[in-house]
Amino acid sequence: MPDDLKSGRIVIVGASLAGLRAAETLRDEGFIGELTMVGDERRLPYDRPPLSKQVLLGRVRAEETTLPRRREVDAKWKLGVRATGVDPIARHLLLADGEQLPYDRLLIATGTRARPWPNAEEGALDGVFTLRTTEDAAGLAERLDAGPRRVLVIGAGFTGSEIASACRERGLEVTVAERGPAPLVGALGKSFATLAAKLQLAHGVDLRCGVTVTALNGSDGRLTGAELSDGTRIEADVAVVALGAVRNTEWLAETGLAAGPRGVACDAGCRAFNMYGIVTDDVFVAGDVARFPHPLFEYQLISLEHWGNAVAQAEVAAHNMVNPGPLRRPHLAVPAFWSSQFGLNIKSVGVPTFSDQVVLAQGSLEERRFVAVYGYRGRVTAAVSVNRAKWLPYYERLIQTAAPFPPEPATVEPSTHTPVPSDVPDPKVLSHGPTVALTGHLPDLRLTLRHWGG
Amino acid sequence: MKIVVDLNRCQGYAQCAFLAPQVFELHGEEALLYTPLAPENERERVRRAAAACPVQAILVEEEAGPDAR
Repeated sequence: MPDDLKSGRIVIVGASLAGLRAAETLRDEGFIGELTMVGDERRLPYDRPPLSKQVLLGRVRAEETTLPRRREVDAKWKLGVRATGVDPIARHLLLADGEQLPYDRLLIATGTRARPWPNAEEGALDGVFTLRTTEDAAGLAERLDAGPRRVLVIGAGFTGSEIASACRERGLEVTVAERGPAPLVGALGKSFATLAAKLQLAHGVDLRCGVTVTALNGSDGRLTGAELSDGTRIEADVAVVALGAVRNTEWLAETGLAAGPRGVACDAGCRAFNMYGIVTDDVFVAGDVARFPHPLFEYQLISLEHWGNAVAQAEVAAHNMVNPGPLRRPHLAVPAFWSSQFGLNIKSVGVPTFSDQVVLAQGSLEERRFVAVYGYRGRVTAAVSVNRAKWLPYYERLIQTAAPFPPEPATVEPSTHTPVPSDVPDPKVLSHGPTVALTGHLPDLRLTLRHWGG
Repeated sequence: MKIVVDLNRCQGYAQCAFLAPQVFELHGEEALLYTPLAPENERERVRRAAAACPVQAILVEEEAGPDAR
């Protein structure tokens, strides 16, 4: 039986970071069968983080971020074709060109796409961009090269803030509009977000928080500006819609899998659940599109739009696709991400939004070198460093061991700071979508028990 | 040659920026900016940079495979 798992037909839907790393792992683990990679973009797997950094700074061309391979994957590539469905009984993947691809095991790694501007007509104006793909980045970089008078960035999450940072570095005027109280507040909580706001202002960003963009204006099909909910108007010839991401799950609607806007639910071993909550044995999930239980976060189903999670989860999924039950592994990696903006290197481990308190554990906000540690009900759940990446592994160990919060100081100088509420807002009040979606529930915090009359 | 750096691992030791400054550069105090598609004449320097990385965060693909771009 185990030998059978090393052969047969495996299809991977989604030819980006998770799909590629899964393919490499399958071959590393001795899979000798037929491997097919399906992707709706025409390009071979490429790296997206540089698109909002090196590419917008004009240092790297958007087409030059193809991912290096760890090894040959010996796969058949079907690029530029969308998957439209799965027949789970016949075990066929259905493609937009009409082809039915048979599989013995299927890996779903379709990721996310940029959330579009809600008004399609305004979104189609020349000068309005989202930032997710090579084409998006190439188009936006070209416009920035041309020297627009003002760039409007809608949404101050990580992507929006990185775009604003690149524009300022290039000397372009930027307005950032965010419905929440400050940039990055949805990912890091309010005390950190206050710093992020100061940082943007110090770098000359025209930062407008607590407002929404109510209309994008155009003339002759070109963007001319925008109207804000506080009644003000902005003139801009480029607008970047950075409202977060949408998970690519619509194509699974008729498959009977537990797929929806929050992702495809799976077990800790990356096996997809069907809509009855029964785990499948031949459909696996990895990357941004997966929604999985994490023991460090009370087995809530979480979805992570993180580079590192795509790699780690793809490796686990691939291992489990070619190994029998007792040899399967759980996906337990501590979530981690980075962002560079306004000259700072921001790194995070754990889930900062899974917190009720935060403390400045090391360093100082004034120097912009510090580590903030987040806790939930007396245990450490996350840490964020600014220009102090070397300190993070210590806190990662505290998270893994559920160490008490506030944490023991990592240095001889004890921190004099006391914990304060982490003030994580309800994602509903923000422009930028959360990059970490805690999609389970914390009964004490998120659930209101209602008694219906009668 | 294609390069990707695992920036979760990277701790800003900057060995790469000393060994292959045309390809790896610190942007600010510790944020690494690198060129994902490095010119062939950087091959030896990039190799040394990848080998010297204290946290082994640099992945390099030297040969263009049959199905590479």
